[in-house]
Amino acid sequence: MNEISLMPEEQYQRLQQRHAEDVRALWDLLDAIKDPEIPALSIWDLGILRDVQRNGDQVTVTITPTYSGCPAMDNITTDVIQLLHDNGYSDATVKLSLSPAWSSEWMSPEGRKKLREYGIAPPEDAGLDDDGLTPDAHAACPHCASRHTRRISEFGSTACKALFQCDDCGEPFDYFKKI
Amino acid sequence: MSDQIKQATQEYATRLGDDSVVLGHRISEWVSYGPFLEEDIAYGNVALDYIGRARMFYTYAAELADDGRDEDDFAYMRNDREYRNLLLMELPKGDFAYSQVRQLFADVYYALMLPELLQSKDETLSAIAAKAIKETKYHLRRSRDWVLRLGDGTEESHQRAQKAVDQLWGYTHELFDMDETEQLLADAGIGVDVAGLRDRWLEMVSVILTEATLTVPEDSWAVRGGRIGNHTENLGHMLTEMQIVHRSHPGCKW
Repeated sequence: MNEISLMPEEQYQRLQQRHAEDVRALWDLLDAIKDPEIPALSIWDLGILRDVQRNGDQVTVTITPTYSGCPAMDNITTDVIQLLHDNGYSDATVKLSLSPAWSSEWMSPEGRKKLREYGIAPPEDAGLDDDGLTPDAHAACPHCASRHTRRISEFGSTACKALFQCDDCGEPFDYFKKI
Repeated sequence: MSDQIKQATQEYATRLGDDSVVLGHRISEWVSYGPFLEEDIAYGNVALDYIGRARMFYTYAAELADDGRDEDDFAYMRNDREYRNLLLMELPKGDFAYSQVRQLFADVYYALMLPELLQSKDETLSAIAAKAIKETKYHLRRSRDWVLRLGDGTEESHQRAQKAVDQLWGYTHELFDMDETEQLLADAGIGVDVAGLRDRWLEMVSVILTEATLTVPEDSWAVRGGRIGNHTENLGHMLTEMQIVHRSHPGCKW
């Protein structure tokens, strides 16, 4: 099946935002901040990084949690402030934004690829069941690409993931929920 | 925002935060006691969702109070009589069936209440609801599955699930009580008119209980008082454990 892949609207908006001339270097700099629970992915890749504003020496970085109780937010805040400080931005603040609520649509295409390589199935590797929730089978195994898999638990190692097992290669794996 | 509305909103955010932190803590008591590993992890996840909500509600309450307190002061520095949570949330975890039946009652409640809160004219409350709705769908699917499995399971699991339903039923009426504060906010389009949710709650819960071969109890008794600080003795014990570290080492960070 050949399809021309279209960039989702959300991705396009995010890229536009990122290319704003005066803060471009800051966006690039922030690529160094990884999610402490999935160190293969930056906060840009995950879509947690929402906005960067600069007003003279003052920098405001806006982030949003994937889930209400995401314990990584505090770490990320500290890491962002430290990084900016080390690069000469001593007046930096991190703002936590709740609205709009984080969506797995915001994850970058590179992020999805890196996620799979890291051993976690990205959101698009499974369909949705009738309730709009994670289905109980057929998420693509990130190790052997088989669809012959089943859900072991709704909740995986973190709230944003579900746990699956592959019936072909036998490996258990995390699936990043589509929300 | 008028002073009256502001004060009511602060009280409301505190109540919702109290419901979340108390239930979240109760769920977290299952961590390392789950019947099997995946279930243990699931409990930890759900607890975290609730504690995360509590943080958001408390942060907002603190912002409105504007008296130097922060989310931690709300969670750790108030005693049981100052807590305003619904009694259902504070009851001890009991056995696995008891916790899952309580969770089902709470999840159906949130599945109905949060979409209403999403419509709130208050942007922060609406934003918190938007996040929580997505999580609650998952919570409800899990508690529903468990209640079906336990109710329609072995003789032992059926009997335990029915006992839990009977013991918890009288605590569910309070979920749909409105007082002056909540009425004021409902009229202002900020808070949820929970009284209007009971029929739908009853219908949804009855369908699930019936499918689980469990009997829907008669409304023969009701306990109330959480919203005015009259709690069961369980809350004091729970808060003692939850607050001890913070109270022993004020301002401690790690």
